[in-house]
Amino acid sequence: MIRLGAGAGFAGDRIDPAVELARDGSLDYLIFECLGERTVAAGQLRRLADPDDGYDPMLEARMRAVLPVIEPGRTRIITNSGAANPLAAGRRVVDVARALGRPTRVAIVTGDDALAAVRRLDPVVWETGEPLSRCTDELVSANAYLGAGGIRQALTEDPDVVVTGRVADPALYLGPLQHEYGWASDDWERLAGGIVVGHLLECAGQLTGGYFADPGTKPVPGLARLGFPFADVRPDGTATLGKLDGSGGRLDVRTATEQLLYEVDRPEAYLTPDVVADFSGVSFQQAGPDRVEVAGASGAARPDELKVTLGFRGGWLGEGQISYAGPRALARAELGAEIVRERLAVVHGVAPDAIGVELIGAGAAFRGLAPTSEPLEVRLRVTARTADAAQARTVGWEVESLYTNGPAGGGGARTGIQQTLVVRSCLVPRDLVSTTVTLMEER
Amino acid sequence: MNDRTFDQVTVDDLADVRAGDKGDTLILAVLPRDAEAYAVLESALTPEAVAHHFAVTEPVVRTDLPHLPALVFRVPTVLAGGVTGYSGLDGHGKTLGYHLLMLRLERTR
Repeated sequence: MIRLGAGAGFAGDRIDPAVELARDGSLDYLIFECLGERTVAAGQLRRLADPDDGYDPMLEARMRAVLPVIEPGRTRIITNSGAANPLAAGRRVVDVARALGRPTRVAIVTGDDALAAVRRLDPVVWETGEPLSRCTDELVSANAYLGAGGIRQALTEDPDVVVTGRVADPALYLGPLQHEYGWASDDWERLAGGIVVGHLLECAGQLTGGYFADPGTKPVPGLARLGFPFADVRPDGTATLGKLDGSGGRLDVRTATEQLLYEVDRPEAYLTPDVVADFSGVSFQQAGPDRVEVAGASGAARPDELKVTLGFRGGWLGEGQISYAGPRALARAELGAEIVRERLAVVHGVAPDAIGVELIGAGAAFRGLAPTSEPLEVRLRVTARTADAAQARTVGWEVESLYTNGPAGGGGARTGIQQTLVVRSCLVPRDLVSTTVTLMEER
Repeated sequence: MNDRTFDQVTVDDLADVRAGDKGDTLILAVLPRDAEAYAVLESALTPEAVAHHFAVTEPVVRTDLPHLPALVFRVPTVLAGGVTGYSGLDGHGKTLGYHLLMLRLERTR
């Protein structure tokens, strides 16, 4: 039996649940999934500004928190926090280990950077339907979703920490299972079992009551001290899911079923670099308090191509917000929006179709599908996409100017700008991508 | 809850929904709370009803998983622009699962 623990489900996740699992969970592996689609591209922009940067900004804090409490030689850490610069991330882990006075061996998996390959290959971009060379935006990153192979290879070097860049999220969990159990790379059923476990754990707290809780229909106790999940995985790929006794949250058939189907567009064919997993026969059984059995995964041969995330520099997004409340709040917010639209177009030369308006509190989240007529308060939010920062600033300026030039009772204006990235996707043949393992050590 | 011949219920009365995204496609996992709720939703919550509720013209695809029980809907084009191309606040569409919960079902008891 191998016990895998979820240390993080996204780049900004809580740290204390991982510390609790590291200390009290008797884990074989603690896994931090910290990369979103745009995180690698954002990391690449930081790397262009500083060659030693480009990895997850919270990597150091996570390692400082968990390295002192794990049992060396017992619990290994695996993370994709390397983002756009896994080698720099590995050096950072070694630095942290040195400062803590803890001997630590770090294995770094590289090979996901596919910028040169896509430039040579010029693949069709999914979102535009045209070859990459037709995209006029500046391409800053291209990262292939690697499978579990690199992690498996890294684990043969007996590391304490494995750092990767872009790896398919569930492969972070499949890698150690394949290493421990020696599953063949065409053992589709067991590989699919590992992918199901990885998929269930990769969002951490989303399996134990996070993104689930609803005070009316689905109460969850102790969300402020939500326990992250672990899985005891058997050699046949079936598993028992659990969380630490006394931790917050709940783990039952309902929370597990919701997470099984999260972001899964085709349950019968969940594409990963290692296997096409079939979730349609997966079933759960309550095995005790906060313990759930999972079984029934099956699989088919892996795809011949790997998905690549392309990151493009996307200009700037400027925004401004202001609140209206009480009688005619919606009408006054609409008037404010009209004024800002006119000013942005006429005075600042912003393209009208680059301007977005949200009336928060009057159905903005549902994108106009369920409008309300008389909300007690409305927060007007105006955005615009612009080519440069100066023009982006005019959005907040014009919203703020509504204080003295706009509808009555406008309050609480806030403004901001940010550089944006556009993320698109394409495929590359898997033989164009190869992985390398590099070792670094603090003795 | 007694003696309702024509009973207008919402999805919220029968099921939970978890929203996810893949590109500009919204993925809605509908989890009926029991077998009876599954049977009602299986017949009433058609792909066409969901397409109409989200005002999309491209077909919605439904996958039935009776043993869980669950229904999975793929709703195309709702998340136009995706996470990085949409300038509104919730590019992932995470709030939109609760829009489906508001869908009213006509059913006979």
